[in-house]
Amino acid sequence: MATLIAPTNHSPLEDAEAIRKAVKGWGTDEKVIITILGHRDAIQRQKIREAYYELFQEDLIKRLESELSGDFERAMYRWIVEPSERYALLANIALRHADRNYDVIVEIACALSPEELFIVRRAYHNRYNHSLEEDVAANTSGHLRQLLVGLVSSFRYGGNEINAKLAQSEADILHEAIKLKDKNSNKDEEVIRILTTRSKIQLVATFNRYRDDHGIAITKKLSDEASDDFHKAVHVAIRCIQDHKKYYEKVLRNAMKGGGTNEDALTRVIVTRAEKDLNDIKEIYYKRNSVHLEDSVAKETSGDYKKFLLTLMGKED
Amino acid sequence: MELNQELEALTQALSGHGVEENALVTTLGKWDPLEREAFRKKTPNLFIEDKERHFQRWDDHYARLLKHEFVRFKNTVMLWSMHPWERDARLVKEAIKKGKASYGVLVEIACTRSSEELLGARKAYHSLFDHSIEEDVASHIHGIDRKLLVALVSAYRYEGPKIKNEHAKSEAKIIYDVIKNAHKKPINEDDEVIRILATRSKPHLKALYNHYKDISGKNLDEDLDDIRFKEAVQCLCTPQIYFCKVLDSALKIDVDKNTKKALGRVIVTRADIDIKEIMADYNNLYGVTLPHKIQDIAKGNYKDFLLNLIARGSN
Repeated sequence: MATLIAPTNHSPLEDAEAIRKAVKGWGTDEKVIITILGHRDAIQRQKIREAYYELFQEDLIKRLESELSGDFERAMYRWIVEPSERYALLANIALRHADRNYDVIVEIACALSPEELFIVRRAYHNRYNHSLEEDVAANTSGHLRQLLVGLVSSFRYGGNEINAKLAQSEADILHEAIKLKDKNSNKDEEVIRILTTRSKIQLVATFNRYRDDHGIAITKKLSDEASDDFHKAVHVAIRCIQDHKKYYEKVLRNAMKGGGTNEDALTRVIVTRAEKDLNDIKEIYYKRNSVHLEDSVAKETSGDYKKFLLTLMGKED
Repeated sequence: MELNQELEALTQALSGHGVEENALVTTLGKWDPLEREAFRKKTPNLFIEDKERHFQRWDDHYARLLKHEFVRFKNTVMLWSMHPWERDARLVKEAIKKGKASYGVLVEIACTRSSEELLGARKAYHSLFDHSIEEDVASHIHGIDRKLLVALVSAYRYEGPKIKNEHAKSEAKIIYDVIKNAHKKPINEDDEVIRILATRSKPHLKALYNHYKDISGKNLDEDLDDIRFKEAVQCLCTPQIYFCKVLDSALKIDVDKNTKKALGRVIVTRADIDIKEIMADYNNLYGVTLPHKIQDIAKGNYKDFLLNLIARGSN
């Protein structure tokens, strides 16, 4: 379930005018921006952008980019662009970043439905004049590349058919592949084939089969073996496919663990899931950590950034 | 008509692409038992004389081939009536089942369709077969072709005109070097070449094709030995020429049934897209018009149907 609280009726024109008032002149009234945009869904936000342009001949996004700053600005930017464009943006940033974050690519490819992924690929074309797989391929090599390109290119069957025999044989293949300590090319390619082409429901059946046969969840087995980028990506893929909400809970937990806070990860999860299933993720978080997600976020962040995140999480003042 | 002429007409009616239904109806349909026996005795490639038991029987092999000829019209009609997505999905399924000889069809569909058409085919494949195309290609195709084929069917290429010329140039060089070293490391193991062919946009690849010619003096597909890579380059960079070559191979009397099928497939799948350009190139390459060639080689309803498809496509 979503955490976003948005009214059923709103006036895009009124919203646009209110935002204009907030950004005009010296300084910006961030509270207004958070109160309005933090309580609008994707369609409403799009209407506000259009109304703003109609009234003031200015792109609202560009205006906010110049008025806001820091983590708050980054979060607001990601929030206000259209969801598929948002994922395209996150993927592109992940590829260009100095220490490339392949997790994000895997996340996008595995947590989204096949149709959503395709819309993201289209948005990527429009924004970057390249295909997503092109850029992923050009920035990676070897088995990691095969895995990532395969994941973002997949258009998995979305129906309910499961083949139990296939689940058995492919669970065995995965088991063999993980067992081999050395880099066994053939087995790795089989892992890639299975993870990048089979339907999610078939894969979940396969992972269950693995657990039944070997007494340990495949994800637990992999966390011991995960050493290089490729194996880490395999690990992330399996976790996302099996239960992406649990996966996101872990991302959030890790983002706030220890000394510093990983604002990129925090923003990414909250902004992309607020309209989807952030509520379910919150429940998992509470069960796991005995602390409410809002409280952890409130402790680890500050200022407008904090206010904005809490608003998206459904916290009312 | 004199009997010999009729025999000739009938033999002609049964040898080619499709069958001449009219001749069968008007000639064979009127013959009495003696005339039919004369027919059987005078066509030793259709009928075998059993000298011991004094009768003539159909040659099994020819009978099997003839079955395909009778059904060729029906198959073409079905293919034409289908939604393009179902059409491509079924062609892919058939190609996977038939094995190595048909993998060229996979390359053809993956590379000559637009990004949206290929996506449509992938959707239709889900609906028809409860699997994804990449799933079936990956699990049924082993060996050296798999990587390239899975990558090609999964592509969703950028379709705009923007290209980065320096990249096209440097990638042409990369491919050139790989080809030069093919004796040490075969091209189908080279991830870079597969990446380039499977992910770059078509305008980019066409620019690459031209740069390659500058470097090597020859066309990229000519320098490639591996048939699938060759086909991929042809389909991506010079699709109409590719289709001309496929048509030319198909428009011969004695070809295997897979090659024969290509005639119907190409015309049905291109009639609404670029059959006009293909016909123009065909004329230039082979000095004879496509309709003329089809008139020579194909028979009956099948022939008329194909000619109609071409005629409407080129208006």
